[in-house]
Amino acid sequence: MKMKHFFASSATALLLAATPLLAAGTHPETGEALSDNQTFTYRMMDQFPTIDPALNEEAEGHKVIRDIFEGLIIQDDQGNLIPGVATEWSSPDGNKTWVFKLRPEAKWSNGEPVTAQDFVYAWRRAADPDTASPYSWYVELSQIENAGAIVAGDADPETLGVKALDDHTLEVTLETPLPYFPAMTTYATFAPVPQKVVEEFGSEWTKPENIVSNGAYKLTELVPNEYNTRVKSDTYWNADETIIETVTGIVINDDNTALTRYKAGEMDYDEPLPAGQYPALLAEMPDQAHSVPRLCSYYYAINFRDSANPALSDVRVRKALSYAVDRDIIVDQVLKGGQTAAYNFAHEKTAGFEMPTIDYGTWTQADRDAKAKELMTEAGYGEGGEPLELKLIYNTSEAHKAIATVLAQMWKQKLGVNVTMENMEWQTYLEVRKEGNFDVARSAWCGDYNEASTFLDLVTTTHGSNDGKYSNARVDELMAASKTSMDPQAAYTEVEQILADEMAIIPIYHYSNAFLLSADIKGWPYDNVEQNWYSKDLYRVAE
Amino acid sequence: MLNYTLRRIAIAIPTLLILVAITFLLMEAAPGSPFATERGVPAAVLANLEAKYGLDRPLIQRMGIYIWNIVAHGDFGESYRLKDRTVNDLIAQGFPVTLVYGGIAFVVAVVVGVSLGVTAAVRQNTRLDYAAVGITIGAQVLPNFVMGPILILVFTLWLGWLPGGGWQGGQWQYIIMPVIALSTSYMASIARITRASMLETLNSNFIRTARAKGLPMRRVVMYHALKPALMPVLSYLGPAFVGMITGSVVVDLIFSTGGIGLFFVNAALARDYGLMLGLTVLLGALTVVFNLVVDLLYAWIDPRIRY
Repeated sequence: MKMKHFFASSATALLLAATPLLAAGTHPETGEALSDNQTFTYRMMDQFPTIDPALNEEAEGHKVIRDIFEGLIIQDDQGNLIPGVATEWSSPDGNKTWVFKLRPEAKWSNGEPVTAQDFVYAWRRAADPDTASPYSWYVELSQIENAGAIVAGDADPETLGVKALDDHTLEVTLETPLPYFPAMTTYATFAPVPQKVVEEFGSEWTKPENIVSNGAYKLTELVPNEYNTRVKSDTYWNADETIIETVTGIVINDDNTALTRYKAGEMDYDEPLPAGQYPALLAEMPDQAHSVPRLCSYYYAINFRDSANPALSDVRVRKALSYAVDRDIIVDQVLKGGQTAAYNFAHEKTAGFEMPTIDYGTWTQADRDAKAKELMTEAGYGEGGEPLELKLIYNTSEAHKAIATVLAQMWKQKLGVNVTMENMEWQTYLEVRKEGNFDVARSAWCGDYNEASTFLDLVTTTHGSNDGKYSNARVDELMAASKTSMDPQAAYTEVEQILADEMAIIPIYHYSNAFLLSADIKGWPYDNVEQNWYSKDLYRVAE
Repeated sequence: MLNYTLRRIAIAIPTLLILVAITFLLMEAAPGSPFATERGVPAAVLANLEAKYGLDRPLIQRMGIYIWNIVAHGDFGESYRLKDRTVNDLIAQGFPVTLVYGGIAFVVAVVVGVSLGVTAAVRQNTRLDYAAVGITIGAQVLPNFVMGPILILVFTLWLGWLPGGGWQGGQWQYIIMPVIALSTSYMASIARITRASMLETLNSNFIRTARAKGLPMRRVVMYHALKPALMPVLSYLGPAFVGMITGSVVVDLIFSTGGIGLFFVNAALARDYGLMLGLTVLLGALTVVFNLVVDLLYAWIDPRIRY
């Protein structure tokens, strides 16, 4: 699929290069003729709650923040770290202290220079309990000195381990060495914010009429639940190479309506697509339909609490349940969006992560089914044994429902397990899952940053989202050690093996992102598994 | 009449207070928290959030502060989810949108509905009647969540006449499809009620008298039958009007209009207590007001009614 796409886009590029230049300009690197219409319109699934970098906690808001604020480090089209406001960064003492050199030409949209103090202020603000950021835990997760104490209200925000050595040098001190700290700074929480403006307007500082930002674009309009517009910022240090002039996000909740409006030419990018429609759309619009890996894993959490079905404490039952799931049916027949069957937890495309060979992943489904039945009988359940009743919970969504139904069917047919499916709306589901009122629960995890620990930390005993309460001392130890290790891959492999041996969770599939993109929009970061696109890298070629 | 009006307004105040109290209790009872996320929020972070929004205070105190802020400052507080906006802000942005398309849809539904109903009744058992009844039944059984996407398919994708959604400050081309989607089923109900009521009126003695005097049919219908025939319609119009201007989640969802219907549902789903309360109070107040208006209109239309 990916190969096909590369072929298609390079063929288009060749064709375009051969046509005479019609538009006003050409792309500085590729030489493609550019369209006069340098706008980019994309669909938002929902209104984002905020574009205040400190308060943001979700993807839709992050898209806007990436455009209008620039952090120390940004990503290229492969997801590699490239200079943002910082031109270089290094750690003199083995990843415990990090020093960032800031580019002097970086400016706010009001013309003032972006300085190291702006970052110091922004980071303290994100950790400050008075800001009450729902994402303040991310500052803590990044191991910056005193972040945890500040978030808990036990230390003054001024004591955060970040200081401006001069206007253009930022020094960060961590509590424990963290080799991937620079990668973590790409998230919105670590973007600079303009102190004067925040203090002047309070919670209204992000309104279009008040906001001052330092990114390639500035926000000009924002109507909740309708649309937002951002236009190219002249004060951005790299404005000369920014091609798209206007970016518009329009809110369309319904997938089918969005698809119709995409076909009517009202937007350039539509994601997500209605469930199961990707193959048909690929056939209909091969130059516009794409599916790329996305850094999320879908799994079923198994409840290890005493309150759950006692059968689940038997590893044979857990294995039988996992083996009996025919993942290929789920990805090929139900979802049909380019997802891949998963037998491990961390997404296969996670940077620097080598997929361990998970034994049962190499078997045929017939083998897995046979083994599942055998294990189930051994455990005393299923045919001729005790009947097994499980409570499965999932949150409202067509896809979740379809997968839950397929799972229940497979377990019933192959293992004789009776599954009670309970559908709940999101907030209720979160609470029920947190309280552990389930046997198996639909779950998913998306990487906070592109490194395997963002997945594998979840199965450690104290992790906030370990809702199955799986606990294994060896896993905890390995994951703790991996933080300071220069080569954590061995630890990750062992953790994945333990997860498979104990069947701590039931991995189902690794996500893909299926979307439609206008054929004349170029520069899309297909290979960035976090799908972090920056409008400044896009451009529209002449027809 | 004035006395009655004042009395009704006086009753409205405790009604709204009870509404606020019930909403508070229901929110308290509903599972889930406005701050819950898939990731799980650490206790310290949750405590900071609860302190910021005053959720660490007892329920009675929160209720008191809430009501005081509305009464004293007209301040509906903050949205828990849409963090860059106050509830006042969101209402100021969303309510005019809903009011415009709801108001227009109401006028369209009444004008078309009453005309269809009257025509069908006057020409009872003719082809015109069957056609009108057919249209209204069709319109009533076609829910707007089906009609909306069909309208977009036809007018946006196939014909390319209208934009598929958005509001853009209320330009006419953005209003048409929301109005059609919202007004159709109301129009159908109004037409059916009008037809039934008109038939009954046309068979009553005073109409027979008017016809016997030799008045032309048009005059009989317009000046004698229409007003009494509209009584049942009117009792339907009160709630219908409130229903239309208080927002339609389906219209907002399908046409991305930015009206308050979608805000309301999203607020409930996300446990956005601030926004949910604000909209409940607003919609409650509107309901009270328009019920009063309908009651007063009754007296105007039917002089036998005295307050």
